[in-house]
Order: sequence, then C-alpha cells, then structure tokens
Amino acid sequence: MPSLKDLRLRITSVKSTRKITSAMKMVAASKLRRAQTAAEAARPFAERMERMLGTLAGAMAGQAGAPAMLTGTGSDQVHLIVPVTADRGLCGGFNSSITRATRLLAADLLKQGKKVVIMPVGRKGREALRRDYGHLMIEGFDNLGRKGITFPEADQVATRITQMYANGEFDVCTVVYNRFVSAISQNVTRQQLIPFPVPAQSETVDASARAVYEFEPGEAEILAEILPRNLAIQLFRSMLESQASEQGARMTAMDNATRNAGDMINALAIKYNRSRQAQITKELIEIISGAEAL
Amino acid sequence: MAEKIQFELVSPAKLLLSEPVEMVVVPGEDGDFGALPLHAPLISTVRPGVIDIHNDGKVTNRIFIAGGFAEVTGERVTVLAEEAFPLTELTSEIADERRAAADLAVTDAQTDLDRSRAARQVAIADAMVIALR
Repeated sequence: MPSLKDLRLRITSVKSTRKITSAMKMVAASKLRRAQTAAEAARPFAERMERMLGTLAGAMAGQAGAPAMLTGTGSDQVHLIVPVTADRGLCGGFNSSITRATRLLAADLLKQGKKVVIMPVGRKGREALRRDYGHLMIEGFDNLGRKGITFPEADQVATRITQMYANGEFDVCTVVYNRFVSAISQNVTRQQLIPFPVPAQSETVDASARAVYEFEPGEAEILAEILPRNLAIQLFRSMLESQASEQGARMTAMDNATRNAGDMINALAIKYNRSRQAQITKELIEIISGAEAL
Repeated sequence: MAEKIQFELVSPAKLLLSEPVEMVVVPGEDGDFGALPLHAPLISTVRPGVIDIHNDGKVTNRIFIAGGFAEVTGERVTVLAEEAFPLTELTSEIADERRAAADLAVTDAQTDLDRSRAARQVAIADAMVIALR
C-alpha cells in the first residue's frame, strides 16, 4: 500500500506528463496543417510532370535509345530500398510500420536470391533497421525537413540515387513511405522509382498525342532531362506525404496519451482519497478506543 | 485580340501562376518561342532566362526562371520551373552571389555529375546577368 505522499507524487508526475503530451498534440496539430498544405501545393507540379512524361514515354515507345532510367538496366538483381521515416519518435506506429514493411520487402527479395541495398531517409528508420540489416545499409539522410521539406533537400537525395544508378550500383529502386490519408490513418506505400513505371493509360491516351506533339530539342533529350527531375519530384512528394503523416500520427498518439493520463489521474485521485479517509478513520478509532480504555 | 491562352507556371512547391494571357514568350532550349492561342502542341526544355507575359500588345509581367520544361497545347501553356521569381525581385547582388557560388562549385567539382551541376549554376547566373541588362 503506497503512502499518501507517494500517491501525491505520482499524481503530480502524471499531471505533468499530461501537460507535455497535450502540448505535443497541439504542436503536431499545427504542424500537420502546414505539412498538409505543403503536400497539397506540391500536387499540381507532380501531376503535370506525370502528364508530360506520359506523353514523352508514349512517343518513345518502341524506339531505341530511350534512357536507362525508363527502360531499366535489363536486370533486377540489385534492389535499392529507400525507407522514409521520421527523425523523432513518439508518433505511434508511424516509424515501425515503415520498418516492418521494409523488413518484409527485404526478406522477400533476399529469399528470391536478389541483392538488397538499403538507404534510409530519417534517423528512426536507420536505427530500427540497423540491427537486422546493418550489413546491407549504406549511408542515408538524416535531419531533412526540420522546417518543412524543401525541394533542394529532396533533390539532394535524388542526386545520390541518380549517381548510384549511373555507376550501376543497383537495378531497381523502391521507396517505402507513409501516404497521408487523414490525421488518423496513413497508408504504407511502396513505389518503384527506377525503372520508372509508365502510367498505364499513356498507351491509349498518348497514342493520339504522339502524332501531334512536337518535341524540342528531341524526345530522347527531353527524356534524359526530365527523368532525373521526375525522380526528385517523386521523392519530394513522398517526403511531403511522409511528413504530413508523421504529424498526423503524432497528433493521434499524443491525443491517446493525454486521454490515458487523464484516466490515470482519476484512478489515482480516487485511491488517494480512499486511503486518506481510511487513515482518518483509523486515527479516530485509535483515539476513541484510547478514551474508552481509561 | 480577344483570344487568350491559359498560362500556368508551376514550381515543385506550388502553383505560382495560373491566368489567361494574350501571349507568352518562353526561352526554349533551341531559342525563344512565343505561344499564342492555337499554338501547335509542343514539349520543350527551357533554358534559364526570362518569360515575358504579353497582354494588350505589351509586356505586362516578366519572370525569371532557372530552367525547366514547357508544354504547349492550343489552349494552355504549362511551364514547370525549378525556381522562378519576378524579374523585379532580381538584383545585381543576387546575380553576383549566384555567380560566385557557381564559380566556387566549378572549382570544387570532383565528379562529372558535379561538373554538370556546376555548369548549370553558371548558366543560371549568366542568364541572371543578361536578364538584368
């Protein structure tokens, strides 16, 4: 049976925990709003880029000389996995769902006899995956997007990937990230970046466009320029989505924590009052029985 | 002329501009081209330079862009730019700064990729200087 003083201390400590979690929830909520707007604002560019790329890919279809980023290296032996996680914890299952998906993917590929290289983006993912797949890991990126992801940051990651691809260090690149659905739900998404999967509808839609579009300087030249850009854009988008998801996940987790702390405080307060009363009763009995004994 | 063409300028972070205009002059890779309504469909890479927006027969807005892509259809011009800002915000200090940074990048470049990136930066800085003239 804890003493009254112990109970009082527990209550104070849970109260301050609740203050912290509710503050974190508030902060996450405001960051979420910002991250969500940023993710939405980035959509027009990605959409138009995709449309242009679809047209180009349609025009290049069946022609020789298409860049390797579109057609692949002709093999799929080495896979590069880029898990996008947060740098911080305390956001529920956000980071662990990504590492779980990455583990599954890596284990599956290894079982098929492929080689796997992991380039983590975000500190939490690196730490979680280091134990099992440390030997497959190459240096990743931490501390991106402290004040919201900017395009140059995503470009930095894209440049690394492009460079590795040019050196023939991998054949297929897949990014694993949390796609933002709402504050309470995020979807773990796997997206293949290299070779770039051409949107399926481009076959039909752009067969007509192919005839009419003029290309300046030429299809292949534009493609060679646009593909690395597109890689950066896709990464940028997945990072923005991931960041919005992170804030959403944190907000939900902290909301739950705040509620749990409240419940705990109530339970402790009841226990405290009961033991206080029990003590008073005990003292009264002692006094009365002492008086009676005389 | 009543006919207008929808001009869209998009950067990775957001949609910068979307308005009907009479004509836009875009600095294409193979030379500047003006896009009027009913222009033939065209996709082009864009070199660093200045986009001129024409309304009522004169230039109403000038925007500096650091390269990108343009898609032209009969009713729409879409420019995907990595970086874009109004020419009025461009000062010689900014251009000089970029120039210095670009020159530094050229001397520091180790790999082919670095070199091509640095060359790009130089091209952007040069275009800024030309745009200011």
